[in-house]
Amino acid sequence: MSSYTFAAPSSVDEALSVLANSSRRGERAQILAGGTDVIVQMRSFDNEPRLLVDIKQLAETNEVSIGEDEIFIGSAIASGVLNENDELKRLFPGLLESADLIGSTQIQGRASIGGNLCNSSPAGDTIPALIVNSAVCVIANSDGNREVPVEDFVTGVGQNCMSSEEFLIGMKMPRPPARTGDAYLRFIPRTEMDIAVAGAGVSVSFDDGGTCTRARVSIGAVAPTALLVPEAADALIGTQVDDSDLRAAEAACSAAASPITDKRGTVEYRRKVVGVLCRRAGTIARDRALG
Amino acid sequence: MAEAVDLKAIGTRPIRPDGVDKVTGRANFGADMTLPGMVHAKVLRSPYAHARIKNVDLSKALEMDGVFAAICGRDLPEEGANDLSINILARDKALYHGHAVAAVAARTPALAEQALDLIEVDYEELHPVLSIDDAIADGATLVNENMYTNGDRSQPPSNVAAKQKFERGDVEKGFAEADVVVEESYRVPTAHQGYIEPHACIATINEAGRATVWCCTQGQFDVRSMTAGVLNKKVSDIKVIPSEIGGGFGGKTTIYLEPVAVKLSEISGRPVKMVMNREEVFRATGPTSATLCRIKVGAKNDGTITAATAWLAYEAGAFPGAPVGPGCMSVLAPYNLENLLIEGLDVVVNKPKVAAYRAPGAPQSMHAMECTIDEVARKIGMDPIDLRLKNAADEGTVAPYGPRFPAIGLVECLKAAREHPNYLSEKGEGVGRGVAVGFWFNIGMQSSAEVRIAENGAVTIMEGSPDIGGSRASMCLMAAETLGVSYETINAHVGDTEATGFCNVTGGSRTTFATGLAVVQACEDIIAQCKERAALTWDLDVDQVDWEDGKAVPKPGVNADVQPLSLADIARSAGRTGGPLLGRASLNAQGPGASFSVNWTDVTLDRDTGKVDVLAFTAVQDAGRAIHPAYVEGQMQGGAVQGLGWALNEEYIYDQKGVMENAGFLDYRVPVASDMPMIECQIVEVPNPSHPYGVRGVGETPIVAPLAATSNAVRDVLGYRINDLPLSPPRVLASLDESN
Repeated sequence: MSSYTFAAPSSVDEALSVLANSSRRGERAQILAGGTDVIVQMRSFDNEPRLLVDIKQLAETNEVSIGEDEIFIGSAIASGVLNENDELKRLFPGLLESADLIGSTQIQGRASIGGNLCNSSPAGDTIPALIVNSAVCVIANSDGNREVPVEDFVTGVGQNCMSSEEFLIGMKMPRPPARTGDAYLRFIPRTEMDIAVAGAGVSVSFDDGGTCTRARVSIGAVAPTALLVPEAADALIGTQVDDSDLRAAEAACSAAASPITDKRGTVEYRRKVVGVLCRRAGTIARDRALG
Repeated sequence: MAEAVDLKAIGTRPIRPDGVDKVTGRANFGADMTLPGMVHAKVLRSPYAHARIKNVDLSKALEMDGVFAAICGRDLPEEGANDLSINILARDKALYHGHAVAAVAARTPALAEQALDLIEVDYEELHPVLSIDDAIADGATLVNENMYTNGDRSQPPSNVAAKQKFERGDVEKGFAEADVVVEESYRVPTAHQGYIEPHACIATINEAGRATVWCCTQGQFDVRSMTAGVLNKKVSDIKVIPSEIGGGFGGKTTIYLEPVAVKLSEISGRPVKMVMNREEVFRATGPTSATLCRIKVGAKNDGTITAATAWLAYEAGAFPGAPVGPGCMSVLAPYNLENLLIEGLDVVVNKPKVAAYRAPGAPQSMHAMECTIDEVARKIGMDPIDLRLKNAADEGTVAPYGPRFPAIGLVECLKAAREHPNYLSEKGEGVGRGVAVGFWFNIGMQSSAEVRIAENGAVTIMEGSPDIGGSRASMCLMAAETLGVSYETINAHVGDTEATGFCNVTGGSRTTFATGLAVVQACEDIIAQCKERAALTWDLDVDQVDWEDGKAVPKPGVNADVQPLSLADIARSAGRTGGPLLGRASLNAQGPGASFSVNWTDVTLDRDTGKVDVLAFTAVQDAGRAIHPAYVEGQMQGGAVQGLGWALNEEYIYDQKGVMENAGFLDYRVPVASDMPMIECQIVEVPNPSHPYGVRGVGETPIVAPLAATSNAVRDVLGYRINDLPLSPPRVLASLDESN
């Protein structure tokens, strides 16, 4: 690991000014939350000097608020902490399960959903789960906060829409309507400690008659960014989300995927499995909504 | 030989002497050693799988601030320029991606890395040979232009370094007598030992040319002789101090860093430390061979195997020396056959030089054979264990590789498996079950041991076999049993090359057998001395004294009014009876005793994703006698997990240019704990007649059968066979799609 400087601002304004100054000096700045991606990258391949800006000290990035209409999750909260919040688990079981898939118990004491999003890997497990819950990124900016839907936040492999003078404060999500359920599943060849070969998130809402009124489907690790798949959602809206409806959504996901062949799987493999995961996650989400 | 009922220490499960330091982090492993003034060295590695090295220019690296020394292949002596030396630093050709080309010692590891970037290497890229098929094809590119099969220069040069053959009877006649014949080909991929501790060493050399090397190794004496050979030095000019070892599995029976560190120390005048990273371990240290095996087996409807042939091709990596010999020896070892033909090929390719990996060569060839035997059992409708019992090798059977087996435990293992509740149980809906037999011949070789008695009677064992699997505890148990003293009064130490007598490498499952035999004999030497000291004390003849339960006593019928003398009593007064008690033994152990196993596993298959889950795994193995049963079970479980990993996910994935794409534990998928069921163990004990307590080596056999057991279980649940490993989800799903 090469040498680096370190800043731990205590307010959002201070953090923004540290980033602005660093940008003015032409210095590379990098936001640090839990460090479970950043430090590994610095140790293994990217050891260029930089200013690390730790945002774990900010009140805003550590906040969880569960409002009447909106839920906010600060970007730096460790997933292990989030998974001890029973109210969040009741509202977004799929999202919290997606966070619980990442790393070991020890890693989860540091790793955050915000960090997973900002790492912007095509295989980030929380990203499809955030997308299906209509999550919006709250980004700190010297002109005030700006908001970007998660599906528009990640712009490419390891890239997102934030400038070097911005950082992610947190994610906000509308409170799910009654009779809503979400789920996220990924495929890995092991049982844990691995990176998704394919992933799929589903959120579905039902009316009192058991008809699906709202659906969102998102797939991961099968394109440069996680994809929202409206065709799969359309296959579910207006149905009972039974097996044949889920098979239509499965087909839509396979069709929407544009994966690559690499050491983790082939194009054919990922295309097929991402559909299977959509069908299985859809089954779980439906049962949660109606259960 | 002692009967099991008479044993007090052997067969118990005490805490290992090295346990406390290991669980508290005090134990020192390869990378833990530091010396004042040391500098750090890094290795420049070839970016090509096959390239001519036209020039290496170190001058810019040497000019860099903080750099103390830099070397390349030409700096190692010509006199020692054998395959080992050329593997350590390439000379005129880089033979695989990651092949070491140069090394730099600098003040910090980061500076050494930076200096590597300043080394200018002029390569001429050559076509890489990346598979057995490529290597043996007509007109194949030659990895080594001067290599001839079996050294026969009357034929053109070849990538086949050697061919060997074992044959008996008339296979054509045997196949003609068969009611069913099964013929199949199988591929097993390159797999790495996957030891958690990377290779590391620190070396220093003084002005008189005396070098000291600390390193993690399975054999300090082998490091000494190999380092001396590469550097053209005398073995007596090198002292090697082994650290604790964080896994080896055969991979730490050779060297990569030590001569480089000594040479850099000689130039710089500083101690030089070298620690590999995980990527270097994957790219440049010994994996084991990828193989292509063709098997043909004929059998009568009653299960009698009438003939078998095996054609076994093993990738050696860039230098000859694939474990095809042991692959040939193992492939039919479990069977008593009249007609057999085994052919083996040692094939060089542009991949890292293979090193020993737990039962080197046996898992691959026996995977092929045990899958074929499973198909025979299916064709004739016979239970797969019954089929093996019908043909099993036993005492007196002449092994396919020549010798007549003394007492062996294959039949006992098969019978134990056949009656095991896990085998008799109904497998559930959607569950596949597969059985296979494993074998390893084990080795003896040279060992030395000293037993030293402190003035309070405490026992110190000094031996030279690095402890990779709990062997210190086993040494202490055998000493406790022999001397008749308590285990807690005994400690075992693994000495450096100057502190202890010569021991061959810890490998071949030889340590508990051969070094254990030396420890037992050294204890017998102590007992003989104690009887002399007691005789002197009592004014008796030595043949009037017995040793019973850790005490010298007059023999029955000897008229002497004396109290028994314990080891501690004799030690306390040793100064008055001839000086300190020091027992020793050295030997070349014969008759190591083969160990057979029977494994079976239950699996399920997710037909939508191709994922195989292992529900249950049972291992039955002949240990001769389990000195420390928990560590025998540990070997059985560890080998099973390594075999399951190889069967299901582990493989070197190469691109078209011969660059390994998964050189890390994220994508080279050894199993994690939650992937595995409890590996259930049953130890069978058919004592080895060549050891006073009946020990057989147990460390290697456990990895052999899991590959075929898993393949056979997947075959059972799938309804047809996938011949090649690993049975990874993409391979299984592609096969399912094809079969639909």
